Amino acid sequence: MKLPWSWIGEFVDIADVTPEEYAHALTMSGSMVEGIENAGSEIKNVVVGKIEQIERHPDADKLVVCQLNVGSETIQIVTGAPNVKVGQLVPVALHKSTLPGGVKITKGKLRGVLSMGMMCSHEELGMALEDYAGACEDGILILQEDIAPGTDIRDALNLNENVIDFDITSNRPDCFSVIGMARETAATFDKPIKLHKPEVKGGAGDVNAMAKVDVLDTEACPRYAARVVKNVKIAPSPKWMQDRLKNSGIRAINNIVDITNYILLEYGQPMHAFDLDRVAGHHITVRRAKDGEPMVTLDGAEHTLDSEVLVISDEEKAVALAGVMGGENSEITDDAVTVLFECANFEPTRVRRSAKKAGLRTESSARYEKGLDAEMIPDALNRACELVELLGAGEVCDGMIDVNHAQDTRKPVPFVPEKINQFLGTQISGTFMLEALKKLGFTIEGDTCLAPTYRIDIHEMADVAEEVVRIYGYDKLPTTPLRGETTMGGQSEMENKKDRIKAMLCGMGMYEIFTYTFTTPKMFDLLNVPQDSGLRNVVRITNPLGEETSVMRTTTIGAMMDTVARNLNLRNDQANLFEIGKVYLPQDGAQLPEERDKITMAFYGGSCDFYTVKGAVEALLAGLGAQDAVYTACTDNPMFHPGRCAAVEIGGKDCGVLGEVHPSVIRNYGLKTRVYLAELDLADILSQANGEKQFKPLPKYPAVTRDIAVLVDKTVPVYELEKVIRSVAGEVLEQVKLFDVYQGEQVPEDKKSVAYALVMRSHEGTLEEETINDIMKRTVEALDNTCGAKLR
Amino acid sequence: MMKEMLEKIGKQAQEEIAALVKSSGDLKAEFEQVRVKYLGKKGELTGVLRQMGKLTPEERPVIGELANEVRADIEKKLADAKAKIEDLKLQQQLKNEVLDVTMPGKDFSAGSLHPLTQVLNEVKDIFIGLGFEVAAGPEVELDYYNFEALNIPKDHPARDTQDTFYVSENVLLRTQTSPVQIRVMEQKKPPIRIIAPGRVYRSDAVDATHSPVFHQIEGLVVDRGVTMADLKGTLETVAKQLYGEDARIRFRPHHFPFTEPSAEVDVSCFACGGKGCRLCKGEGWIEILGAGMVHPQVLRNCDIDPEEYSGFAFGMGLERIVMRRFDIQDIRMFFENDMRFLKQF
Repeated sequence: MKLPWSWIGEFVDIADVTPEEYAHALTMSGSMVEGIENAGSEIKNVVVGKIEQIERHPDADKLVVCQLNVGSETIQIVTGAPNVKVGQLVPVALHKSTLPGGVKITKGKLRGVLSMGMMCSHEELGMALEDYAGACEDGILILQEDIAPGTDIRDALNLNENVIDFDITSNRPDCFSVIGMARETAATFDKPIKLHKPEVKGGAGDVNAMAKVDVLDTEACPRYAARVVKNVKIAPSPKWMQDRLKNSGIRAINNIVDITNYILLEYGQPMHAFDLDRVAGHHITVRRAKDGEPMVTLDGAEHTLDSEVLVISDEEKAVALAGVMGGENSEITDDAVTVLFECANFEPTRVRRSAKKAGLRTESSARYEKGLDAEMIPDALNRACELVELLGAGEVCDGMIDVNHAQDTRKPVPFVPEKINQFLGTQISGTFMLEALKKLGFTIEGDTCLAPTYRIDIHEMADVAEEVVRIYGYDKLPTTPLRGETTMGGQSEMENKKDRIKAMLCGMGMYEIFTYTFTTPKMFDLLNVPQDSGLRNVVRITNPLGEETSVMRTTTIGAMMDTVARNLNLRNDQANLFEIGKVYLPQDGAQLPEERDKITMAFYGGSCDFYTVKGAVEALLAGLGAQDAVYTACTDNPMFHPGRCAAVEIGGKDCGVLGEVHPSVIRNYGLKTRVYLAELDLADILSQANGEKQFKPLPKYPAVTRDIAVLVDKTVPVYELEKVIRSVAGEVLEQVKLFDVYQGEQVPEDKKSVAYALVMRSHEGTLEEETINDIMKRTVEALDNTCGAKLR
Repeated sequence: MMKEMLEKIGKQAQEEIAALVKSSGDLKAEFEQVRVKYLGKKGELTGVLRQMGKLTPEERPVIGELANEVRADIEKKLADAKAKIEDLKLQQQLKNEVLDVTMPGKDFSAGSLHPLTQVLNEVKDIFIGLGFEVAAGPEVELDYYNFEALNIPKDHPARDTQDTFYVSENVLLRTQTSPVQIRVMEQKKPPIRIIAPGRVYRSDAVDATHSPVFHQIEGLVVDRGVTMADLKGTLETVAKQLYGEDARIRFRPHHFPFTEPSAEVDVSCFACGGKGCRLCKGEGWIEILGAGMVHPQVLRNCDIDPEEYSGFAFGMGLERIVMRRFDIQDIRMFFENDMRFLKQF
């Protein structure tokens, strides 16, 4: 919220404080200042000049030579502007002056004639055409007021106003106003506040003879007050009012509308002005809209209302959306003669719903939504009428219609200084607290206090403590270490394991990635996921930013593929990546989905192949102590190459999948590189890998290694051979090492040669040659019988 | 006579050994040859000694001593020569094996943790050291936990500032990690000291400083007699560990619906130490987190009596901390995972 310095100064004397000091002090007492704006801060050495003489330029038809009185002296300026006349007052940028944008003006010669500076247009002063009546499309700005030559142009055009921009928090609707911030200013600097009691002369007849107000929904409208102005003369409001509105970010319209906006800013109380002659029966009714009731608001937008919406209506039709915006049908136009000022209190939720329904958010609705003080209504309304009289904008009728059902819901709050000190960890004196609260408008009675009506945010001791400490100074709060019963810090076993897995994968040369957890439903098509797949059962976001981020992922493979694709497009020709991230699986009958962590790895480029990703998975599982992982060919996972995909099972539990990404998926992502990928379920792996270590005594007897090479059908997985070898050799077999798989010369087309080293050892004694030979013999037989493998 | 022979053998052996050292043939074999020639069973010295019987008893000890001297001398010369030869060989080897040590090492390249993880781990370690447990909660969350229980009822204006992704009327993507506070307080009675790092979602359009997905680290302490000064003390300790012993913190009043009093917390700029620079936009301070005393209503919502217990809570944005730590200007880089970015950490 933007507040002009001079406006605050009307209520609190801040002449002895710099804007910077002010901004810091208010920020530290709870009203954060975002910045200080000053439209004229860049203008230097520009003054008002009076044109005393104009002569033709001796050598140029389009130029004239002017003599200007700039206060201390008369100077000569050459200009090409068509609109200059003797006697006019104009802005003059003197020699060595600065204009907005850092433009520097110095003396110089124009076609041989000396010019001691420049006369300025509105644009050169950083103003808009509509900012000032004397601004001219293609010429010099002509000052409209009689101002002494030599006056600083910033004073003359009110360009030197410091505007303080506050970021007001939602709990302090009272601060969305000049008076609210004046109260904070007074409390912060410990200065008195000068509140003005408006005085209205009136005399234009009784308001009750002019209009009638009925409030049908007193819950939604606790208070509705109105006054009437007759013989209205619509005109522009004076410059001082326009300047204040402009500096506060509101456009000036006409005197009546500007007055309502002035009250909005000064009191924080929204007002509306109706053209009473366009209000049927001069009878205002505050009621809920009928379902389907039509309404056109001031901005020309058409709305179809329902009973959730509160409207102001006349005897025929709705004339305003209560607290949000007026209707086009009762708007103040230039020929308005009689005006009714509405000054009301509406219930926050009702305004919020109306605003939402209408898709409108206005200065008015924003204030009502946060909750306003119904007590300020009479003063605010009277102030508006006082301004009408001050501006000569019309004749105010006597009396005020005031339908008041507002209730004071404030309750006394305990005020015990020791308790507040205990809570804050401070030793602030009771007297200081008392004074601070008084400054903030609280009344204290014994060990309770009562907040002022405009403080809707004070309910209990903690709220009072905050008031005390913000006036005392947050920067004076002591710092004490945590005390009390010691607690054991740490994280869950699952989190520890996660950290460990990340460390292991990094050790294997992979880089961790972070991806979005929401995605597009199209991802499933890119990944070849069948229409009836359970993966397509997703958590859907009802109000996504776009389709791209509209569903929560059920697989991490899409995000990994996106990352791979992005890296390939960036010409990163090689990558090893991993992510530990969640998937979100909807559960029948449960409101919330199951969130499961997945370990995802991907490799492309360099010399990587299927066995790279498999090796990484094996190393990870071994590191976690998952000994009995089984990899079986998986030909029906649509995301993976049917001949290069393995299901990962540990202890009979399905824990994930690894393999080469299906060539058609690669094509779907517009890639040309093979990608090797694994997706493992973290919890499933950890449930099967206890990771507990057990020591086995070191062997006392030597091991014997025997090699065996067999010819077997190409299609037989080596895992089948290994199973046979293990079952035959039994306990003495310490290790089966596959050391060669060969296809090619000397091996028939449909066969492969597979060579193993069998490491055998007994813990009872050195193995007898005979025993070993027997094992080898039986192994060879079994391989032949079970797998059709022939010894080479 | 024998004396002369022995002296001759000694001299001859010495010459041969000296020649050996200079020779370039198969040193090992030649060496053995020389040794056998003089000291072997059929060697020259042995041959001479065999004739000892022919000597007179007076001559025998004299010649015996001389013979031993000659043998010892040959043995020593041989050993010296061997050592010298081995040394020469070693020198030669070292000369031949000179490497260009400026060439790159073999590829053992480790990967790395994402910068968000690296800094999160640091923060976790600091808090674990202070006796905090790490807690977690769901990202797809009930409205109750994300808003209602945190003092943000439906139609509360604070909901406007948190653009929420909804799944249904009562289910949403959490906009903050604060719901974990409620879940923890429902499960556990004080003393409570937790941090809850995690992903949060806001319906913010993506730009250099906004991401619809980001991470927060929530903190909560509830116990008897917990004060706002404790909050300040704790955060100061954390700031010092995170940013160095010289770091100072500053509390500014603010408003959060679920804490009262509330504060925004700044840390003295770690780039300029508070003098004002580009990083802190000349302020000398950098906002790092929001904090406050747990609102008594929030405690009541979790069946904790605010008359008996009090607590503080805080929340910080992980991305912002990491961006400032590494001077990263664009939040999108965290989720783009460009290898050239990842490899820098």
